[in-house]
Amino acid sequence: MKPYLTAAVSAVSLLALASFSSAADKPTDPQIAHIAYTAGVIDIEAAKLALEKSKTKDVTEFAQEMLRDHEAVNVQALDLAKKLNVTPEDNDTSKALADAASAKRAELAKLDGAAFDKAYVDNEVAYHKQVNGALETVLIPSAENAELKGLLETGLKLFQGHQQHAEHVAAALK
Amino acid sequence: MSSFSPTRRQVLLSGALALVTGAARSHDGTVHVSIDKLVFSPAEVTVKPGATIEWTNNDAFVHTATVKGGWEVMIPPGKKATRIVQASDSVEYYCRFHPNMKGRIVVSPA
Repeated sequence: MKPYLTAAVSAVSLLALASFSSAADKPTDPQIAHIAYTAGVIDIEAAKLALEKSKTKDVTEFAQEMLRDHEAVNVQALDLAKKLNVTPEDNDTSKALADAASAKRAELAKLDGAAFDKAYVDNEVAYHKQVNGALETVLIPSAENAELKGLLETGLKLFQGHQQHAEHVAAALK
Repeated sequence: MSSFSPTRRQVLLSGALALVTGAARSHDGTVHVSIDKLVFSPAEVTVKPGATIEWTNNDAFVHTATVKGGWEVMIPPGKKATRIVQASDSVEYYCRFHPNMKGRIVVSPA
């Protein structure tokens, strides 16, 4: 793994999230729904790559969990959007997250074996930390609709669990 | 007998304990723990050996009740799972998939 690339990717994503730092710029509910959904899809794609490449039980089990948990949350998010008659709206944050993730995926795809496992799990720790930070500081406080806010709060608890699980897997790989 | 006699104190104390520990106990010897939005509720249960703990998972996610270095119960989404309490089951447990979910079992004398 190239640390400078990881740092650059994280910086890009954080910058995108930081663009909502002033109250006037805060994301709307349709944008928040899109960002949360995109963040889930990114982790699902990463999990699929891990299931293709890894042979380590702790890693594949973690990837299966990411796949099923993030799919379950995204089903709930789409159901809620439909119920509220909200169309998720693409935005610069979603785009920056997707761009950073595809760069990261390309980087991971070049690795194999223990190097892949470590890079994937380390990125899962960093990625969940970053998404949790965005949920806590930007997305949850900005959400207007109470049900959307509730789903984001459950999502935060879920992703904090994923972050801890990823940290356990990372520690076991050492 | 004064109103502060040991007997009265004991009665009050046992009543208070029953309120604290008995909340999750049903009449059939099964203690119910529900899982909602990644929280075990109640987080702590007091049970006798041989009783059954039944977890009900109301989330859309797979959870576990896992004791580090010990047993594990898998609790699929929307399903129930049980464990018969052993004398050695005074333990802290967590969800292996979401380790921020924590619970505790206290085994009382039979």
